[in-house]
Amino acid sequence: MAISNDLMKDLYARMRRIRDFENAAAKLFAEGKVPGFVHLYLGEEAIAPAVCKCLRDDDFITSTHRGHGHIIAKGGDLNYMMAELFARETGYCKGKGGSMHIADRDKGILGANGIVGAGHCISTGAGLSIKIRGTDQVCVCFFGDGSTNQGTFHESLNMASIWKLPIIFVCENNHYGISMSQGRHQAIKDVADRAAAYNIPGVSVDGNDPLAVYEAAGEAVARARAGKGPTLIECKTYRQHGHFEGDPATYKPKEEQAAWMAKDPLTLFAKFLIDNSILSADEIQAIDERVQAEIDEAIAFADAQPLPTPESAVVDVYSDIVEEVRSR
Amino acid sequence: MKSLTYSEAIREGMSIRMRENPNVVLFGEDVGAFGGCFGVSAGMFQEFGPERVRDTPISEGAIIGCAVGAAATGLRPIAELMFNDFLTVGMDQLVNQAAKMRYMFGGKIAMPMVVRLPAGAGTGAAAQHSQSLEAWLTHVPGLKVVYPSSAQDALGLMLTAIDDDNPVMFFENKLLYGMKGEVSSLEPIPLGKGKIVRAGDDLSIITYGRQVYDALEAAEQLARDGINAEVVDLRSLYPLDKALIGESVAKTHKAVVITEEVRRGGYGGEISAIIGEEFFDYLDAPVARIGALDTPVPFSPILEQYYMPNAQDIIAAAKKMF
Repeated sequence: MAISNDLMKDLYARMRRIRDFENAAAKLFAEGKVPGFVHLYLGEEAIAPAVCKCLRDDDFITSTHRGHGHIIAKGGDLNYMMAELFARETGYCKGKGGSMHIADRDKGILGANGIVGAGHCISTGAGLSIKIRGTDQVCVCFFGDGSTNQGTFHESLNMASIWKLPIIFVCENNHYGISMSQGRHQAIKDVADRAAAYNIPGVSVDGNDPLAVYEAAGEAVARARAGKGPTLIECKTYRQHGHFEGDPATYKPKEEQAAWMAKDPLTLFAKFLIDNSILSADEIQAIDERVQAEIDEAIAFADAQPLPTPESAVVDVYSDIVEEVRSR
Repeated sequence: MKSLTYSEAIREGMSIRMRENPNVVLFGEDVGAFGGCFGVSAGMFQEFGPERVRDTPISEGAIIGCAVGAAATGLRPIAELMFNDFLTVGMDQLVNQAAKMRYMFGGKIAMPMVVRLPAGAGTGAAAQHSQSLEAWLTHVPGLKVVYPSSAQDALGLMLTAIDDDNPVMFFENKLLYGMKGEVSSLEPIPLGKGKIVRAGDDLSIITYGRQVYDALEAAEQLARDGINAEVVDLRSLYPLDKALIGESVAKTHKAVVITEEVRRGGYGGEISAIIGEEFFDYLDAPVARIGALDTPVPFSPILEQYYMPNAQDIIAAAKKMF
């Protein structure tokens, strides 16, 4: 598949946007500006931008607890994301979701999700809905290697396969389910092998190479749009931080961490772009500065937003019942 | 006016909306050509076809999850669980996804889905196919829960459940499927509205589902002893018609709450607590709360009958109040 220079430049900017957002989130969490849990996408930035470049605005994605990268890649608004992390009234979820529950239905983002493996089923429902409504939309289901041991993985891939649903199952194999390494949590090396159980294509790609991911995703999206059913894509990558911010990740061998840091997707892709004269070092720097300014603006926006009023806790439990749930 | 069974009324409710709206679909285990385990969807496959009356693999998590994803993206799905006991297998999708998405996402998503839940004992089906698990769901903010006792209510509540933009849990009592009733209205019945199925001045028997008939039987027997009982059929467990409960108790000053659930932690306890908290001044006696034994549902019919609450339990509780 031909990949234009413009597309590569855009991919780089999207990867950089996620990297900077996540670095900011880490810092803000450490400073106590962001309450709750934060799970960062650092190290996995090649995947979501490359996959989402193959999607239309009206396509759907389901995400995970490690969802910031998916949401940014699908067009989520940095200001509203950051405001939600800051637990503010004007955040994406009005301060009721936080990092793990950001969604944007208008952009097809069916939610980050705090339950590992939950998105598999939701994406299957979105796929069924597309099929019944007769559109040519697709749904991408992002998930980690850890979730492939949930029953939902099996139930959903089986269902998607028998009904030929337009779903792209994208496994971000970062080699850990919380603290348990892949070698300990499953007896296979390639999650893509599991596709055989559902008689669907399964491909394994270098998840730190956005062009490899883009190529695999492009094929899978075309296949899904053509009504030929789901694909399982495994993107091998690495979670550079702990499971959550504050996790010292002592379970990760130092040599392993160092080897993967040497394969950092941002560093490698920037080098590739420069080596191939697609972008100059100055142009890279200009993108970096522009993206950093976006992040700074998002932080300033978030910090200036009001907190929700405590009384608003009863709103949006139901579409039509409000005061009754204020039970005391 | 026509006579329909409870089962036919549920089917009619689903079919009316499916004829009107192509985005209303039904899926679940064996709901297609087989017609559903209890025959509730018989003929719908022939009318609406395999796309919209869809057999699923035996995958309760994915069945409910499919409803969540479909509801979030433009359909109004009806998912059937063959038995409410199988909720255990799909509970995450219901409790952590369906019920919470609107709230977690700041109100920016609708979740118009119905989950059909055949429930109840009395069929000799033992501990994993006979439970009454409504209290698990009334406990979850974000879910609505209805439990019709008659064909008319089953039809009207099904229409409302499908029209609702929130997940509605639709309990169906298996022993009522074959029971005929007059259906005179094809209008939706609002959620949160109970009804008086027998008026009386001396005692309120507050219930829903199949226990409405135990209550009516008990009321007839009590009438012979000069106790004129009122029977309140709640129909909708959440939202709950507290006003109707209050009006009845204000009139009778005595309340028996009967549900088929295991008594411990049941919804009958919630109803009793509401009466105690909000209508205490009306009461002349403590609220009597009747449920099943705090055991799994036993298999042998003689054990199962002993397990289930019945009209005699109501009568015994009532007589202690006079």
